[in-house]
Amino acid sequence: MSKTPLQFRLNGAEKAVFVEAGSNLLDVLRRGVGDMTPKYGCGQGACGTCTVLVEGRPRLACLTLAETVSGQHVETAASLSDGPDLDPLQDCFMEHFAAQCGYCTPGMLMAAKALLDRHPAPSREQVVEAISGNICRCTGYEPIITAILDAATRRGRRAG
Amino acid sequence: MTINTVEMRKEYFRDERDDSLNEVGQPTRRQDILGHVTGRSRFYDDHAFDGLLHMRCVRSPHHHARIRRIDTSRAEGMPGVRRVVLAADVPRNLNTLLSLINFGRDDEPLIAHAKTAYIGEPVAAIIAETEGQARDAVAAVRVDWEELPAVLDAEEALAPGAPVVNEAWPHNVFEYHDKYTHQKLRFGDVESIFRRNDLRVVEGRYQMSPIEQAPTETCGAIAAPETNDRYVCHTATQALFFSLGTTAKLLDLPSSRLHFIGGTVGGGFGGKVDSLHEPLAVLGAMLTGRPVKCMWDRAEEMQVGAPRGAERWYLKDAVAADGRILARQFRGYFDCGAYTRLSSYAVQKATAHLPGPYTIPNVHADTYCVFTNRTPATAMRGFGVTGVDFAIECHMDKVAEEVGMDPIELRILNAYRDGDMKAHRRLAKNCALIECCHVAAEKAGWPLAEPYRSMSSLRDGGGERAAIPQTATDEDGRVGSAPPKTPIRPTSPLPRPAAPMPSVRPAPPVAKPRPVLDPAQQDAYGQPIREAPKAPLPPSPRPEPVARPEPSLQAAKPAEPYKSAEPFSRGTKRPGSGRFGGLSGMRRR
Repeated sequence: MSKTPLQFRLNGAEKAVFVEAGSNLLDVLRRGVGDMTPKYGCGQGACGTCTVLVEGRPRLACLTLAETVSGQHVETAASLSDGPDLDPLQDCFMEHFAAQCGYCTPGMLMAAKALLDRHPAPSREQVVEAISGNICRCTGYEPIITAILDAATRRGRRAG
Repeated sequence: MTINTVEMRKEYFRDERDDSLNEVGQPTRRQDILGHVTGRSRFYDDHAFDGLLHMRCVRSPHHHARIRRIDTSRAEGMPGVRRVVLAADVPRNLNTLLSLINFGRDDEPLIAHAKTAYIGEPVAAIIAETEGQARDAVAAVRVDWEELPAVLDAEEALAPGAPVVNEAWPHNVFEYHDKYTHQKLRFGDVESIFRRNDLRVVEGRYQMSPIEQAPTETCGAIAAPETNDRYVCHTATQALFFSLGTTAKLLDLPSSRLHFIGGTVGGGFGGKVDSLHEPLAVLGAMLTGRPVKCMWDRAEEMQVGAPRGAERWYLKDAVAADGRILARQFRGYFDCGAYTRLSSYAVQKATAHLPGPYTIPNVHADTYCVFTNRTPATAMRGFGVTGVDFAIECHMDKVAEEVGMDPIELRILNAYRDGDMKAHRRLAKNCALIECCHVAAEKAGWPLAEPYRSMSSLRDGGGERAAIPQTATDEDGRVGSAPPKTPIRPTSPLPRPAAPMPSVRPAPPVAKPRPVLDPAQQDAYGQPIREAPKAPLPPSPRPEPVARPEPSLQAAKPAEPYKSAEPFSRGTKRPGSGRFGGLSGMRRR
């Protein structure tokens, strides 16, 4: 099968890989460049656990043709913390018990980050809408919603 | 640490605990949550291996079919295919999960060879360089099927002439200790109570469909040869040593050659205990000498993944005018699908749970673990208990309606109190149903009348309610239906409410809509199901013991107990002596 070169930025770093025609972004991130933070849940865009940001917009990596991110910036949950310094979203997910098994968490965090980057002070309804494509089977959504709202407050405080 | 979704009601049972402890009773942070929020938690599929091969299964499209021939010749020559795996490649291709504790008969192949008994049962596996190549090769395998009649309903499976689902169980029913077709519970004498003409008899039929656990991470495992003649296996299993023991048995390997790594599970809920992927992945690594991943996609997770089993329950209560339930009879059918997996244990749990959290002086139950051509059932959050609880609580609502009582007050009236004798001849302790009812009613804005509002799990239990009623036994000392030799003790009084109880409650105020509670009339999809039986429960459809009952448990021998040199054979040596053996229809001495 023919392979084509693909260049993109991943969490601020330049990446260059060869990808098979028709590869999806999830496979390229996990197998091609070794970023295991986005997860496979369904492979059909139903569960949101592979959510990453492409140019700041949330995208389902399992349904994104890898070639379409050529030259673009892809962000995964690996970008959230800076060494030991965590993003307020991560702190709040820990404090509000917003994860149990942790499998949906990277996708959930990226959906939340996309929201807060665009709407720094979202309403509860906006939070619910933002994570409506992300399925959590353990925790239930209430702690996650609480964590995201709290993170918005803390981010605002930090920015202000 | 704040948890805003959990409310602690510490005013209850305050003197029973010390609330000044630093950790116990306090919310705490998960030890693994830092890994989760940074994405650094490593699930099994996050372990990268150079040269990883992908294994996918060829699956039966039929409920029940004989395999006439499998033609893999085209698949073998396809691009990237490294190995075709058939039943003959599995060193010891017959297992049952609980054989690790000497319970049940080996009844399930890892890869089917003669026939398949449910849709999705594997008949071959393809190992290829990429997942796509494995999929293409799977599609190129030709299987010559001979479709067989299938049975998809537990009661139909017990009817005479039903197709035999699993040759290890010729009567389509799990036989406990090779002689009991069902789990039996006898406490007091329900029949004499049902004969009384001053009681209302309430019957119901309830059923629950299979439920898929649907973890976000699908089941899977990666196995790879290690340099020390061992195989490492990263797995999503919820039961690491169970999976290790099962793999050792099926592949006829000493467990010392298996290095299992797990513990980080992307949601399980019971659906990741069946140990299907680990033996396949390790077998693949043995046959190819390379790392092999065996992983379900979402469609397989939903179709092939073992669900919570379907259950059907018939209940019959005798209820006094004041709402006290004096007798309760159960007949239960647990649909375990094509193979036992853990359903034999689920049925024991179900029976051990009866009659629910209520003090009922006469209880009678027969529960069957039945084979059908449905997906094998397995564990899921309280399996065995949740299904019958659904039936019991639906039935409680029906009883409340028939005797004209408030459904919560009916539950409070009949609830276990500390010191009451349960149907299993154990004293109830740390009871809290009454308090739960109080809080639930308060949260729902549902007014409770006195005396129910002031009732307590701590009062009015024990005494006469701690007595074990006379229960009929046969000449072997087994509980049965023989007439009692001495009169059944009169039913013990439940706490008498201080105020006389109205036999019919006045209609509730219009402002508070009362839920319509008649679940017997429809199934899980809202379809009407057949009328609850008005006649007495029909007799059990199968002859009772399969073989002549032996009076002694020691006489029971499993057909071919799995003997392993490994420590997994430690523990229960004798059927009936272990943690799963306490309820085999023998009377507790």
